[in-house]
Amino acid sequence: MVEIKANKMFNLKSSKLSLFGSTKNLEKDIDEFVNILSEVGLSFKSIVKRYLSHSTDDNFEAMLEKITEMESRADTITKQIEHALYEETLIPDARSDVLRLLEHLDELIGMYQGNCYHFSIQRPDFPEEFHSDLISLTETVVDCVESLCLTVRSFFRDVSSVRDNAHKVTYHEKESDIKFSSLARRVFSSNLELDQKMHLRYFVEKIDRISDQAEDIADELIIYSIKRSV
Amino acid sequence: MELTILLFLFGGLFLGWSLGANDAANVFGTAVGTRMVNFRTAAIICSVFVILGAVISGSGTTETIGKLGAINALPGAFACCVAAGFAVYLMTKFGLPVSTTQAIVGAIIGWNLFTGSQTDTGTLITILATWIICPILAGVIAIGIFLVVKKIISKSRIHILRLDAYTRLALLLAGAFGAYSLGANNIANVMGVFVNVSPFTDINIANLFLFTSIQQLFLLGGIAIAVGVFTYSKKVMFTVGNDLLKLSPLSAFVIVLSHSIVLFLFASQGISNFLISLNLPALPLVPVSSSQAIVGGVIGIGLLKGGKEVKWSVAGKISIGWVVLPLLTMGIAMLILYILKYMFDLSVVF
Repeated sequence: MVEIKANKMFNLKSSKLSLFGSTKNLEKDIDEFVNILSEVGLSFKSIVKRYLSHSTDDNFEAMLEKITEMESRADTITKQIEHALYEETLIPDARSDVLRLLEHLDELIGMYQGNCYHFSIQRPDFPEEFHSDLISLTETVVDCVESLCLTVRSFFRDVSSVRDNAHKVTYHEKESDIKFSSLARRVFSSNLELDQKMHLRYFVEKIDRISDQAEDIADELIIYSIKRSV
Repeated sequence: MELTILLFLFGGLFLGWSLGANDAANVFGTAVGTRMVNFRTAAIICSVFVILGAVISGSGTTETIGKLGAINALPGAFACCVAAGFAVYLMTKFGLPVSTTQAIVGAIIGWNLFTGSQTDTGTLITILATWIICPILAGVIAIGIFLVVKKIISKSRIHILRLDAYTRLALLLAGAFGAYSLGANNIANVMGVFVNVSPFTDINIANLFLFTSIQQLFLLGGIAIAVGVFTYSKKVMFTVGNDLLKLSPLSAFVIVLSHSIVLFLFASQGISNFLISLNLPALPLVPVSSSQAIVGGVIGIGLLKGGKEVKWSVAGKISIGWVVLPLLTMGIAMLILYILKYMFDLSVVF
């Protein structure tokens, strides 16, 4: 009885009489969410390589299944965090920023997943001469998101290093743009049919868009960090 | 207790209510305004600690108020309290964070003028000096604490959520300390004028615990403040802080803590004795304004951030209020005293 009263008085909904119990769980949730984003990126890199070497075999489908599971887990975590932040009125001054951030990161996971599905459904025919360029573009895009993961972690723990990490995101995004343009040029100057050129361009562009989204989120994080600076 | 005595005491209780509605809002206003602490929690903690501060440590500043003008008739004390309470209410209506301290000082001077009693100039100068020192001191302390807190946070790399939990706890503790200091420092405003005419008698419980008549008076005043907190402070709490400068929860904590330290410094007999024992000049035990301390703290933080975000027009308006209030209260007090004396035929002085 006393426990419940104390929890109500201090705005706590957790069953334990601890001011920091629910906070620790939320911290874990946010860390797990960022881990998922990072892992989905690494899986995406493997899936593109797998597709280029073996097309959509069983292994490819198993990897796609794994990404879907991770995306679903990320959705669940986002909802948990959203409920906890609102129900327990936590971080009132940064709540909307954090929720918007998670939403945009979730979109990023969705973009990875969407790309994988498009490979599985549309099965684009990439001639071997473009394989290394496509892999290189994918790696740069994933590096860009990895830098974003660092920026997100620093937003939560060390706001002063947000700008440095965000700069790395911008760097990788520029790299990815260069690689996208180069690959697109090579595709359109090749002897392929126009419909195939358009099809390949669609995939290259969709992959490059992931880094654009990552850069947008990094820019947002810089603004949030200015607001958060003590 | 006679009914007339109770009626006159209501003047003090009305002023206590104003103090609860206005000044007490300063203590938890920033915490509630930034939605870090809910109103109910703030009101409960504030009320309990205001009463404790008033009963345990309220006597120091009362002596100073007594020196300014020894009001020796209940109708006179009643007039002063009603005038002060009404003036504070008026200024609060205009959205100016004023203080009951300034109001009661204005009212006592009004009583002195009306009854031909002498105003102790030394005490008056001491009180006026604290009105300048208090916001400056609060600002300086706020800057100091802010810099230390900023350094600790940037070094500890604490998670935003854990920082939020720590800030919440810190706001509650600083608020409790602030409420205690407010009770100790400002109860003199509410009940100080009744000390010489206290209708209570000392209660001795089995020779173990002495509950003096003054403490009983302060308990009553403390309860009146608590009623003010519960009934009218919510609106004020949501406006305090946000008008002058948009505050982060952490800045809110720093401001409440610096405010509490200033109020405690000017109310603590212990600190005063300690300074005297070291042959240092003691801080006068004067009821200072919690509003001035909060505004001083807010401006201090604002200046530290470059001063651009401080709304100086609002600061100017507040300062004008600080000059107008004592004069306004003095006028109202003299008017009420005139009515009591010549229309109700009551003695306002013995």
